[in-house]
Amino acid sequence: MIGNLHLIIDVCLLAFLVLIVFAVMKVTNLFVATMLFGIFSFVTALLFLDLDAVDVAFTEAAVGAGFSTVLMLAALRLSGAVENAKHRHSALGLFIVVLTGAALIYGTSDFPNMGDANAPVQLHLAPEFIQLTQEKIDIPNVVTAVLASFRGYDTFGETVVIFSAGVAVLLLLGMGHVEPKNEPEQNMVLWVVVKPFIALILIFGLYVQFHGDFGAGGGFQAGVIFASGMILYSLVFGEGYARKVISSRILPRLAALGVLIYGVTGLASLLWDKPFLDYNALSSNPVSGQHMGILLVEAGVGLAVFATVLLIFYSFSGVNHNE
Amino acid sequence: MIISFLSDICLLLGGFFTLTGALGLLRFPNFYSRLHAASVTESLAAPLLITGVILDTGLTLDSAKLVLIILIMVIANPTITHALCRAAAHGGVNPEMRLKSSEKKQSQTDTELSSKESK
Repeated sequence: MIGNLHLIIDVCLLAFLVLIVFAVMKVTNLFVATMLFGIFSFVTALLFLDLDAVDVAFTEAAVGAGFSTVLMLAALRLSGAVENAKHRHSALGLFIVVLTGAALIYGTSDFPNMGDANAPVQLHLAPEFIQLTQEKIDIPNVVTAVLASFRGYDTFGETVVIFSAGVAVLLLLGMGHVEPKNEPEQNMVLWVVVKPFIALILIFGLYVQFHGDFGAGGGFQAGVIFASGMILYSLVFGEGYARKVISSRILPRLAALGVLIYGVTGLASLLWDKPFLDYNALSSNPVSGQHMGILLVEAGVGLAVFATVLLIFYSFSGVNHNE
Repeated sequence: MIISFLSDICLLLGGFFTLTGALGLLRFPNFYSRLHAASVTESLAAPLLITGVILDTGLTLDSAKLVLIILIMVIANPTITHALCRAAAHGGVNPEMRLKSSEKKQSQTDTELSSKESK
């Protein structure tokens, strides 16, 4: 019964995804397309949730549905909301798309079925991770253990990727310079509601940051949530005032500092003749060393993501103000 | 027993208001009335649904979190509707004042008459 229910929910959500994709292709108003992409991300998050991948669903909801939508809206302010009327239908393009799609679908035939207990990943990797997490790291959330400790190299790479994305946007667009207006636009309702909300968002961000060992969450999600608090402030009170709270100069340094914290945590273990990012070296007790390592690494990730996300937002809205 | 009955009623009512909200969103004639339909779904149906779930789970940490979610929804959703409304009004979407068909004819003949008089 429960299995059937999951199947029905999965089929409905996947059908929604297909419908949304067709709608995005049909729609010529870019604003509507942006909103549809937001819904797409949210439905994807629901799918992950249905697959019990709570951490991934959390990230998808925060980054895909939340921040990307805001970023695309900021980009729409620069480009205008109407698509160029040119619609060229190229036979070659269609051929390539059909060929790639067919190749991908053919590739899935080699995959084990979803939830197959005999799939290689269930037989070799997953049991090992679950057992080692209890033994060596002793935190309830296996995802955080895998992300920050077992696969610390990968996560370091991801953090560097995010940092370099921020640097690329900064090089292309610059920060711009926005002075606060003399009087921010009066809107009592928004002000009264948004002020305590920002405080709540920031507290929630900290909770997600430091609760990542025990429940869903971690540096990536916390960074985006923390930045979205600042973006909300910027949207309601004005860009110039947000830049007075967190200066645009300090953001690239904060992002670099986040990556640096991660890297130094890894280097520290080299001093005690242990491999890079082996947190056992950080304390006399290996388990508490792991705890400390994960805490530091997640803090670095959170700082880097927060600063990069806010930096990209500042860059996009800064261009708008200069023109 | 009574609690599970109440929970069922809350869930059913929530479902009903979600349905009417969705229907209104599709069928209502202009932006502001559609916004009204959508805000009913947000600020009435969703809290009712969550209340139903809370009654079902009983007094746990999860239900405390759900209460917080209701609180946030009840504060945030009217504000979002307000902001949307305000943005639409600033963007030049005027509320449509449509007359009933009989009154419309009347007003049309009125304007025709007045235009003839002016000639």
